[in-house]
Amino acid sequence: MDFLGDYTLRIVALGAGTLGIVAGALGAFAVLRRQSLLGDAISHAALPGVVLAFVLTGTKAPLGLLLGAAFAGWAATLAVMAIARMSRIKYDAALGIVLSVFFGIGLLLLTDVQKQPDATQAGLDRFLFGQAAGLLRSDVITMMALGLPVLVALALLWKEFKLLAFDPGFGASLGLPMRALDVVLTGLLVVAIVVGLQTVGVVLMSAMVVAPAAAARQWTDRLGTMVVLSAGFGALAGVVGAVISSRVERMPAGPTIVLCVTVLVLVSLFLAPRRGLLWARVRARRARARLRVQAVLEALLDLDARHGDGHAHSEAVLEVAGAGRGGAGRTLAELERRGWAERRGDDAWLLTPAGRAEAEERYGGRR
Amino acid sequence: MSTRDGHAIEVTDLTVAYGDHPVLWDVDLEVPHGVLMGVVGPNGAGKTTLVKAILGLVRPAAGRVSVLGRPYADVRRAVAYVPQRGSVDWDFPTSVLDVVQMGRYGALGWVRRPGRAERERSLEAVRKVGLEELAGRQISQLSGGQQQRVFLARALVQDADVYLMDEPFQGVDATTERAVVELLRELRAEGKTVVAVHHDLQTVPEYFDWVTLLNVRRIASGPVDDAFTEENLRLAYGAPLGFLGRNGRPPEEGLVSE
Repeated sequence: MDFLGDYTLRIVALGAGTLGIVAGALGAFAVLRRQSLLGDAISHAALPGVVLAFVLTGTKAPLGLLLGAAFAGWAATLAVMAIARMSRIKYDAALGIVLSVFFGIGLLLLTDVQKQPDATQAGLDRFLFGQAAGLLRSDVITMMALGLPVLVALALLWKEFKLLAFDPGFGASLGLPMRALDVVLTGLLVVAIVVGLQTVGVVLMSAMVVAPAAAARQWTDRLGTMVVLSAGFGALAGVVGAVISSRVERMPAGPTIVLCVTVLVLVSLFLAPRRGLLWARVRARRARARLRVQAVLEALLDLDARHGDGHAHSEAVLEVAGAGRGGAGRTLAELERRGWAERRGDDAWLLTPAGRAEAEERYGGRR
Repeated sequence: MSTRDGHAIEVTDLTVAYGDHPVLWDVDLEVPHGVLMGVVGPNGAGKTTLVKAILGLVRPAAGRVSVLGRPYADVRRAVAYVPQRGSVDWDFPTSVLDVVQMGRYGALGWVRRPGRAERERSLEAVRKVGLEELAGRQISQLSGGQQQRVFLARALVQDADVYLMDEPFQGVDATTERAVVELLRELRAEGKTVVAVHHDLQTVPEYFDWVTLLNVRRIASGPVDDAFTEENLRLAYGAPLGFLGRNGRPPEEGLVSE
C-alpha cells in the first residue's frame, strides 16, 4: 500500500505517533515512580470531562473536549491524593474508588447525551475504545500542540524530575520544591494521557503509559535511554496499531494499538539482554553445565588419585560419585569432545593427560 | 559561609509529632563547630526525625532550628544530607557517577545540566570513596556497602560545612565501615561538622567525639567522655544495659517499631 501517498493514512500515523511518543516518555517516569495505576485512573476519569465539555460547548472541537478531559483527569488525581492523605483508605483503594466513580458518571452522561434526538453527539463514544480512522488534521494539530510543550517541559526539568523519581527526600534537602515538581510532573502525565484519548480511548489508554516504559526498562540501565526508547516503542505501537485499525473496518484503534504494544512488551521481557527471561535461562543452563563439567572432572581426578593405576571408571560409578545429577553421560560426551576424557570399552571412562592437566589447573589447588 | 562564633547547629524546644504521637519532645541541642557527633537511642527514639527536622523535611509542631546561626533555608548550600540507604529504589536506571552528580543539582540551579566541571568533581568524590572502577555501573549491581559509599560521595560533592547522615553504618561490610570512619575523620580534620545517626553503641567512643542520647526527649548531649555514661544510657534505653559486655546492642531494641 502506498503509505506516504495516502493523506488519511499520513494523518492517522502522525496522530498515533504523537500520542505514542508523549505517552511513552511520560509513562517512563510514571512507571519508575510506581504510579502506573494513576495513569489508569486519570484516563478513565477523563470520560465525564469529555461529555461535560461537549454538553457545555455544544461542539466536538477537539481542543474543548480534551481540555474537559484534562480537567476531569486532574480532578481525579487530586481526589486520589486527598483520599489517601486524609482518610485511612490506602492509595490503591483510593485509585480504585476514584477510577470507578468517575468512569461510572462518564458512562451515565454519555448514555444520556446519546439519547438526544439530533445527531450532533455522534462519535462521542469513540472516546471509549478509540478510533483512528476518524482522526482529522485538526485533531492531530491539537494533539501536537498539547504534546510538544509536555516534551519541552520534560527536557527542561529533566534533572529535577530525575531527582523526584529517584530520591525526593534528598531533592528537598537541596531546597528544590519537590511537591510542586510532583504536581507539575503529574500534570504533564494528565496532558500526555489526554493527547491519546480520542485515538486509543479511555479504557485502554493506560496501556500506552505503562507498556512502552516496561518494555524499555528491559533494554537499558540509563534513564535517558529508557525515556527515548519508551517514546519510540509507544510511537511504533501507535502507528502500526492505528494504521491497521484504520484499514480494517470495525476494528477499534485502542485494542489494536494495545495488542501491538503487548507484542513489544513480550519480546522485551523474553529477549532483552541481561534482563530478558530467555537469557536468564540460558545463563542458568550454562552455569549448570559448567558445574557438571567441574563435578565430573573432579570425580575422575579423585578416583584416579585413589586408585593410582590409571584404569578407567564406569559411568555408573561417576553417577554415584555425585557427578551426574541427571546425566553424567552427556557431560562425559562433552568432555570427550574437548579431548579431556576418553572412552574405554562400553561405558568406562579415563581422564586424558590433557584432561588431567585441565582438572588439576582448575580445581587441583582447591583440594 | 560559616560563622565561627556560635554553634554549627542549634535546636531549641523542638517538638515533632506524627498525628497525636510525639516523636520528639522539647529537644534542645547545640552542636559545636568541627565535631563528629553520634546520635544514639533506641528504635523509635526520633533519631531520623531529628535529622529530618534539622533539614526542614518534617515540620515541627514547635521549636526552632538554626544551622550556622541562620534558618536552614538560608544556608542550604552549606549542608549535605546522606539519607538512609533503604530510602530509595536501587533498581532505578542510573549509574554510580550519575547519582553522585545529583549532589551538584542544588548548586547548578534550574534547567542547567551537569557539565564537565561537575563530572570531574563527582569522579573525584567517587575515587575518594574507592568506587572509581564502578563509576559507570548501574546502582543495583552494587553491594550494600558500595551503595552507602555512593550516597557519601554524593554528599561530598556538595562541599558543605555541615554533614547530616542517617545511619551511614547501617548494614555495611567491614571495609566500608573503615572507609566511612576514615572519611568522617578527614571531614573533621577539614573543620567540617558531622552529625551521624548511629546504632552500634560499642563503637561510639571510637568513632565520635561528641554524642547525643535521645529517646523522644534529649537524655544527654556533649563530649563522649561526659555524656556517654552508663547512667545516661540507662535513662535512654530504659533498662540496665550489659552493653559494655557482649554485642553492643541494647536489649529492648526492636520492641518499639519506628
